[in-house]
Amino acid sequence: MKQSRFWAWLVFGVGAAYFLVPLIATFEFSLRMRRGYYSFDSYASVFSDPKFQQTFTYSAVIGLLSIIVGILIVVPAVYFVRLRMAWLRPYVEFLTLLPLIIPAIILVYGYIRLYNSSSIIPFTGSAVGTDILLTFAYVTLALPYMYRAVDTGMRTIDVQTLTEAAQIAGANTPQIIARIILPNILVAVLSGAFLTFAIVIGEFTIASLLNRPAFGPYLQNIGANRAYEPAALAIISFIITWGAMSMINLLSRFAPRTSARTD
Amino acid sequence: MAPFLRVENLVKSFGTTTVVKGVNFAFNKGEFVSLLGPSGCGKTTILRMIAGFENPTSGSITVDGQDITNLKPNQRQLGMVFQAYALFPNLNVGDNIAFGLKIAGMPADQRRARVEEMLKLIGLPGFEKRYPYEMSGGQQQRVALARAIAPRPRMLLLDEPLSALDAKIRVSLREEIRAIQLDLGITTIFVTHDQEEALSISDRVVVMNAGNIDQLGAPHEIYNKPATRFVATFVGHLNTIEATVVSASKHQVNIDGQIVTLPSLPDGAVTNAPISLTLRPEVLSVGERAGSDITLTGTVSDVTFLGSVIRLRVALGKNIISLDTFNDQRTAPPARGDAITVSLASKDLLILEN
Repeated sequence: MKQSRFWAWLVFGVGAAYFLVPLIATFEFSLRMRRGYYSFDSYASVFSDPKFQQTFTYSAVIGLLSIIVGILIVVPAVYFVRLRMAWLRPYVEFLTLLPLIIPAIILVYGYIRLYNSSSIIPFTGSAVGTDILLTFAYVTLALPYMYRAVDTGMRTIDVQTLTEAAQIAGANTPQIIARIILPNILVAVLSGAFLTFAIVIGEFTIASLLNRPAFGPYLQNIGANRAYEPAALAIISFIITWGAMSMINLLSRFAPRTSARTD
Repeated sequence: MAPFLRVENLVKSFGTTTVVKGVNFAFNKGEFVSLLGPSGCGKTTILRMIAGFENPTSGSITVDGQDITNLKPNQRQLGMVFQAYALFPNLNVGDNIAFGLKIAGMPADQRRARVEEMLKLIGLPGFEKRYPYEMSGGQQQRVALARAIAPRPRMLLLDEPLSALDAKIRVSLREEIRAIQLDLGITTIFVTHDQEEALSISDRVVVMNAGNIDQLGAPHEIYNKPATRFVATFVGHLNTIEATVVSASKHQVNIDGQIVTLPSLPDGAVTNAPISLTLRPEVLSVGERAGSDITLTGTVSDVTFLGSVIRLRVALGKNIISLDTFNDQRTAPPARGDAITVSLASKDLLILEN
C-alpha cells in the first residue's frame, strides 16, 4: 500500500515539475528586470504600454463576438441534430474536428484567397470586413471545443421531452431554445465560451496574416524585441487562460439539477 | 351531440412498419378515456398524433369541430403530462406552471393568481419557489399536471403519467387525477399499459392490439364481455378452457372428459369441432353452490396463500384453471393433490372467437 502510494506521488511530482518548473523559471525571470533584486518592473512596463491595452482590448472584443456568433450557430445546430437529425451526428462531429486537423495557416490562406479585396465578398477590403472575417475564423477555430461543450450539456437533459412539453404549452422553436434549452445548458455553453476566449486571446497566425492589431501578434512582437517583458506577458497570458478555466469549474456548480428527490 | 374528439381512419407507418392501422373513435366532451394495451400496440403513437408530435400517414383528427391534423403542437391548445414529468429544471414550480400562461401573454398578476389556484388544486400550496430537483416524483408529476391544465386546454393528454412512480403513490395520484378531471370537466385521454389503472378511473376504455382497436367500451363491458381473445386475456385474469363440441344441437361440450351443457353455441359450431371457453376466477366456487349449474372435478395442482385470499390451481385434465377463495381461519386450505369439485353458472362461461 505504502509502496504504491510512493510511486503515485513520484509520478505526480514529476508531472507537476514538468509543468511548474518552466512556469516558475519564467516568473522568476520576469522579476529580474531591475539588476540585483526582484521587482515587478517588467509588469509595470507591460501594463503602461498603450499597445498592450489596445491589443488586449481588441482581442477581448473579437473574443466576445466570436463567443456570441459561436453560440448562435452551435446551440441551434446541436439542438436540431439531437432532436430531429440524429443520423447527421457523426458527420457534424467530423466536421467540427476539422479545425484541429487543418492548420490555421491553411485556413487563413484560404480566407485570403476567397475573401480578398478583388473577390465577390471582399472582406479583407476594409478593417471592419477583416474584423468580421477574423471573428468567423475564430468561431471556426473554437468549433471543436464549443460543439463538444454544448453537445455534452445537451446530453444531460432530455431534449426531446422538454421540447415537447414546451411545444404543447404553446411555445415555438425560438422560444423553446431561448427559455428552456439554453438556460439548462448555460454552464456548458459558458465552458465553451471560456475555451473560445482562451484560444482567441493568444492566437497569432490568423490575426497576424490578416494584419489585425490583436494580442497574439503583440506578444510575438514584444518577444522579439524585449528581454523581460515577454516573460511577464507569458505569465499574464497564463493567468488569463487559467482564470478562464477556473471559471468553467466554478460555473459547473451552478448547473441546473435534474433528478428528483427519492424520499 | 357532436363528439368532442373524432379520430377517423388514422394510420401511422414508420418506414415499412405500420404501427396504427386505420383507427376510428369518437369521444364526448368531459369523458375520461384510457388507451390500454401492451407495449408496441400503438397507443402512445395515437396520443402523440393527437398532440401533434407525430404526423399521421393518413386519416384525420378533429377537436371540437376543428380539424387539427396538420396543426403544430403549439397551435392545438392541448395539455399533456409526460411519463418522465418533463418539468423545466431551470424554472421553479411557479414558473413551470406559469410557462404556458406567459407564452400566451397573460399579465403577471393574473398569472400569479392562476398559479396559486393550480397549486391549491394539486394540494401543494406554498411550493411555488421550489425547484423540481427539490421535490419527490409524485410531487413533480402533480406540478406537471398543474402546468398542463393551467392554460385551460381543450383536452388533457396523459402519457403513462404514473409509470415512474411507486405503487402506493400511483394509486393515490390516479385518484387525484380523476378527481381533478371530474372537477374541471376536461376531456382526458390517458395512455396506460396497466389494466387496473385504466379500469379504475376511466369512463371508457379503448383496448388496443397490434395497431388496431380490439374493443371500446365502459370498464365493466371490457371486463365482463371481452370482444376478442386478446381483450379477454389482457384485461384481468382469465381462465381459458379448450373443449370439444359433443353435440352442436344440444349445446354440449366435452371438457377433459366431463360433459357440460352451455346455454348456447356460436353460429356455425359443429360437432367434434374444438371450442375455447373462458371464465374469470371469481365466478368459480369450491364445492357446490346455489345458482351454479355446472360442476367440474379435478385435482389441486398448486395452492398460493395470499393472506385474505387463497389462489388455487386446479387441473381438470389438460386444462388447468385458477380460482380464488376467501381464507377461512376455521378450516385448513386444500392441499396439493387433493381431489376437488368446483362449480359455476353456465352463463358465466364465455365462448371466445379467435
